Amino acid sequence: MVTVTILLIAAACALPFVLKGYHTFQATLVLIYAIALLGLNLLTGYNGQISLGHGAFYAMGAYAAAILMDRAGVPYWATIPLAGAVCLVVGFLFGLPALRLEGLYLALATFALAVSMPPILKAHFLEKWTGGVQGIVIMKPEPPAWLAATGIKLNADQWLYFFALAVAIVLFIVAWNLVVGRVGRALVAIRDHHIAAEAMGINTALYKSLAFGISAMYTGIAGALGAIAVQFVAPDSFTVFLSITLLVGIVVGGLASLSGALYGALFIQFVPNIADELSKAAPWAVFGVFLIGFVYLMPTGAAGAVRALTTRLRGVKLSTPKEDIP
Amino acid sequence: MEAVLLQFLAGLATGSIYASLALALVMIYQATHLVNFAQGEMAMFATYIAWALINAGMPYWAAFLLTVAFAFVFGVLIERVVIRPVENAPVLAVVAVFIGLLVILNSIAGWIFTYTIKSFPSPFPAALGIRYMSPHQVGALLVTLAVLALLYVFFRFTPLGLAMRAAAQNPVSSRLVGIRVGWMLALGWGLAAAVGAIAGMMVAPIVYLDPNMMAGILLYAFAAALLGGIDSPGGAVVGGLLVGVLENLLGAFVIGNELKLVVALVLIVGVLLVRPSGFFGSVHVSRV
Amino acid sequence: MRAAYGATRVLHGIDFAMEEKSITALLGANGAGKTTTLRAICGMVRTEGAIRFAGEPITGKRTEDIVRLGIAHVPDGRGTFLHLTTEENLRLGAYVRKDRANVARDLERVYAYFPRLKERSHQQAGTLSGGEQQMLAVSRALMLAPKLMLLDEPSFGLAPLVVRELFGILRTINAEERVSMLVVEQNAAMALDLADQACVIETGRVVLSGSAAELKKDDAVRRSYLGY
Repeated sequence: MVTVTILLIAAACALPFVLKGYHTFQATLVLIYAIALLGLNLLTGYNGQISLGHGAFYAMGAYAAAILMDRAGVPYWATIPLAGAVCLVVGFLFGLPALRLEGLYLALATFALAVSMPPILKAHFLEKWTGGVQGIVIMKPEPPAWLAATGIKLNADQWLYFFALAVAIVLFIVAWNLVVGRVGRALVAIRDHHIAAEAMGINTALYKSLAFGISAMYTGIAGALGAIAVQFVAPDSFTVFLSITLLVGIVVGGLASLSGALYGALFIQFVPNIADELSKAAPWAVFGVFLIGFVYLMPTGAAGAVRALTTRLRGVKLSTPKEDIP
Repeated sequence: MEAVLLQFLAGLATGSIYASLALALVMIYQATHLVNFAQGEMAMFATYIAWALINAGMPYWAAFLLTVAFAFVFGVLIERVVIRPVENAPVLAVVAVFIGLLVILNSIAGWIFTYTIKSFPSPFPAALGIRYMSPHQVGALLVTLAVLALLYVFFRFTPLGLAMRAAAQNPVSSRLVGIRVGWMLALGWGLAAAVGAIAGMMVAPIVYLDPNMMAGILLYAFAAALLGGIDSPGGAVVGGLLVGVLENLLGAFVIGNELKLVVALVLIVGVLLVRPSGFFGSVHVSRV
Repeated sequence: MRAAYGATRVLHGIDFAMEEKSITALLGANGAGKTTTLRAICGMVRTEGAIRFAGEPITGKRTEDIVRLGIAHVPDGRGTFLHLTTEENLRLGAYVRKDRANVARDLERVYAYFPRLKERSHQQAGTLSGGEQQMLAVSRALMLAPKLMLLDEPSFGLAPLVVRELFGILRTINAEERVSMLVVEQNAAMALDLADQACVIETGRVVLSGSAAELKKDDAVRRSYLGY
């Protein structure tokens, strides 16, 4: 596993030198989606709390970054932890009432949140901050001066890619630590047997709210990075369809799986591009078909399929089929 | 004062549309304990079919009836083909399937009919209008009430309606008296789809026909269904009217039109937190 | 006949025959497999082996189809439609019948057997007492105009006086409507009084069978199931 990860990182580092400008940008978006999916997966995959509204946290992170950069002159790299902190708090606060909502009802409430987000962002009384319907335009960050001093020449796209890559690697490592440790086990226990977990002494309320907070933080950071990459935030970029896109990402990529975030991100970034050739409406039809198809045929997602394949190739029998995939 | 009355009556008219959609949601919830996230898109799709028929020259009420029939069949098919395999699956799987359905219907409508906004005719003659309500508002209210009355009669006084109620409440006992529970479920979906189609055709003249027209309305319908009690048909109707009136009054006098949708959000979250069974629903205690 | 719930085998060898128009009692301790036997007849559990009704095999058929053959099941717990009215419950019993006129007549007959149900005909069934719900369950089964009635622990939770009244009515129904009955009971004494034939089941197997009169005199039965 470790060798694969190192190879992956090496390949990732080499990528921007091989790809042309626009493709580097797309690769950056894949990284950003992967972070967002990681967030959603922590909440829905590992902890079983269904969120159809994670697009709202992405929007919060994006707007936080945009407002800080445009209205407060904060440098782009500082907006990442700040956006993360804001979303962590908001997410945790969301998690508190969410404690009382189970499965379907939580899905319903988060769905309502997602649908209401654009109107809130367009509201007149917030316009001073959000820029209303027109949104906010931000400047693309240039590679820092100290980089030129070391002799490495990167253009803005490449620099942004490496920045996002660094953030992604840090966040993946943190997530991995969480998931394989006590926290991860507690989250899964709560998902699978809520009452038994509580009976065993796990503070389910705390863990569930924390899960919401951390998950929101991840997706918010992704949103901030996304805003910087796209250089623009506007209410209509954050409709309920964004939340649905993230859902597709974790179902196709693989629930309760870290590598699934990567597969899912690749899927949601590139499939619309391919489907677009057919018709403007086709990407969503494809998403819908894949969503339903994966639920029927591949409920463990791409990550599950990969794991099954590698296990078969290695000739090892799965001892506990329900074990969660790293 | 007159302004308030105007908004109140307008609220009743739109509220009756929310009530119809909420009723469709409740019908499916009663039978399956599932919330049909795709209800709005199914209604939207049916409305487009009506539009196509009318555009091809068919008289309004003929198109109306044909669309209702089509929606019914479509609902039955969706239940048998798409929903049945996941009826007992974990919640996330079911939600994913519903969302998938939502998205497919939305995109197919956009693909076939394009995203250009279209106008949809109102069949109600000018004579129907009264002092404070437009002909369409009166008409929509009347149609909704007629549909509700028909449904009430069907469920309370016909053997099939009784069988459907029984199948929803107690599938095991229903089998013991020979009811084919699976088909009752499918019929329920068909009826819900038909009711949704009527709601769509009543709302389209107001909000104009476009693939995304039902998203906000679905939210209001959710709020209405929850407010009234997710397993209470009567509650859905009361909830719908209430939500309609509230939305209009708040939107006109308190928070402005653009934030009206947030009312739905607040209602949904509020009801779920404070009184999940709504006004008329039954409280569920689950044994562990 | 053998039956299983999922992967758990519950019945290992049930073998008995019922005569038309008779009442047969199925006795045994808790967990012996009596309820499962009834469920197997109704197609509610997976079975192996053969179940024949009026000469025709019915194993593998779905519950809804078995009902249409004339087998009415009064389940343990009564299976009342709690949110529907008494009369709606009764009408559901006749759901598969096509002869509307006879259904109306049967409804009156049922009310004649159980006048208390007529009093409560428009009340919500969930508000009826235990005894009344049992009567309702039996009546619902009767509304099918069945050839065979399966009754699962009809005496459960009822006062002895009520049970005596109920069983008396069952005897009358058997005689006048000519309905065969298969009665599962833990209350062996009353069941043996009611029935013509009886079988004793122990851990999924029939261990004793014969006429009810014989079994009442049998020492083993007396000691194990009648308590004296």
